[in-house]
Amino acid sequence: MAYPAGNKYTKTHEWLSVDGTTGSVGITDYAQESLGDIVFVELPKVGDKVEAGKLFGSVESVKAVSDLYSPVSGTVTEINEGLNAAPETINSDANETWIFKMELADAGELTSLDSLIDAAAYETFVSEETGH
Amino acid sequence: MTDVAVQLRTTALNARHRAHKAKMVDFGGWDMPVEYGGLISEHMAVRTAVGLFDVSHMGDIQLRGPGSLAAVQRLLMNDASKLQVGQAHYSAMLYDNGTFVDDVVLHKLSDNDYLIVINAGTREKDVQWVRKTIGAMPGIHINDFSDYYTQLAIQGPKAEATLQKLTDTDLSGIKNYWFTWGKVCGLYNVMIARTGYTGEDGFEIYIPSDVPTSERVWNEVLEAGAEFGIVPCGLGARNTLRLESAMALYGHEISDTINVFEAGLGRYCKMDKGSEFVGMAALAEVQAAGGPKRKLVGLEMVERGIGRDGYKVCSLAGEQIGEITSGSPAPFLKKNIALAYVPVESSAVDTEVAVEIRGGLVKAKVVPLPFYKKPKKTVVS
Repeated sequence: MAYPAGNKYTKTHEWLSVDGTTGSVGITDYAQESLGDIVFVELPKVGDKVEAGKLFGSVESVKAVSDLYSPVSGTVTEINEGLNAAPETINSDANETWIFKMELADAGELTSLDSLIDAAAYETFVSEETGH
Repeated sequence: MTDVAVQLRTTALNARHRAHKAKMVDFGGWDMPVEYGGLISEHMAVRTAVGLFDVSHMGDIQLRGPGSLAAVQRLLMNDASKLQVGQAHYSAMLYDNGTFVDDVVLHKLSDNDYLIVINAGTREKDVQWVRKTIGAMPGIHINDFSDYYTQLAIQGPKAEATLQKLTDTDLSGIKNYWFTWGKVCGLYNVMIARTGYTGEDGFEIYIPSDVPTSERVWNEVLEAGAEFGIVPCGLGARNTLRLESAMALYGHEISDTINVFEAGLGRYCKMDKGSEFVGMAALAEVQAAGGPKRKLVGLEMVERGIGRDGYKVCSLAGEQIGEITSGSPAPFLKKNIALAYVPVESSAVDTEVAVEIRGGLVKAKVVPLPFYKKPKKTVVS
């Protein structure tokens, strides 16, 4: 499984990719692999305020529901509506499939939040969590 | 912090599952594959071609001896006197109050010889209950053969064509819920039953549970089915397949708090079979009181959302009226379906209800069961 080095990660298995003041959020390869066939994504709405560590939606596979937590705070500017018809896109490419984009509320969060970890730390976290 | 080491039980095919890179889960104390390459593709293989399941965690109790029919009639709600040698039927063990110890498939091996196939998670409980219930009844020998067999389920429209390559026995001559013994993969006297838990045509075979034999037969079935697109299937697909076919799962649709009539299984419960089974008196009282107050129904989500096990079923006004026992996306039907208990007055087909999904109410409606019925064979030669 691959975790692009340029992204930030959370221990709740979301990734954050930042371009200027825009953040894109998806779920990690580990998350999609653990969930299995994804059949439903509950998206936020454009204009929604999201908060770091707070619920913004959910992803469901045939077997399980997983809540989604925003890595940082901001305002939703775009949602990936393609996921309504083809949620399985996340299974085929979790790293490239963003769920929503946001205007960051405070770029300072990128360095101040302990909950944001880099790819290497995330990989270590996952291997500890799974025990292999 | 150290993890408490829990020794999970394994089937003889555990190493095969790991070699297939299956995702393994703790299922009632068993280390079992939940999926190999994807639950949806496994489910679809069974509906359209053929799939192979390791169901060796199921238990098997043999009752043998001149008193065995009397014992089976006392233990189980269906009428075993109607079974012929080589025939099986669905039945259940009940508590005195008419709720479920377990649901089972009873096989009549010969006169005075029966095999009860029971669920994995209830094995010890069932065996103890059988011993206690039989008590001092005469002429019965009870054998727990649960660890004696590797049980493989070969399921799907191409199950017969797959298994036929591995046996001389004419499989087309075995009717649904009948069984025979034959040579399979060179092994003599293998029990071959036209049974399953997928709502599809298929077979279950019972082979010796040593690892080399189990692995050899597993591999040979996969090779035989390769031309039809066979895939190994895990417990995930087993669950969605049985749910589409509205077959009960112990701990969900049936349990020690749900009685036979509530579960809609009255057709397998023979009150008039001429001998008393455990739970019969309580069920007679339920009938005398006008039948059950709640009923198992099928729900189909009308609005976007997936109702899952344990979610509340509400009136459209938001008042809780019942609960989902099993709910999931249905991979073949491509709908979100659920089995749920609701009051009888809300159980009619087309009744609109709401399912509470993470605080919100999502509309669903009562639909006929089963959700899925396998197509009738159009050509019989």
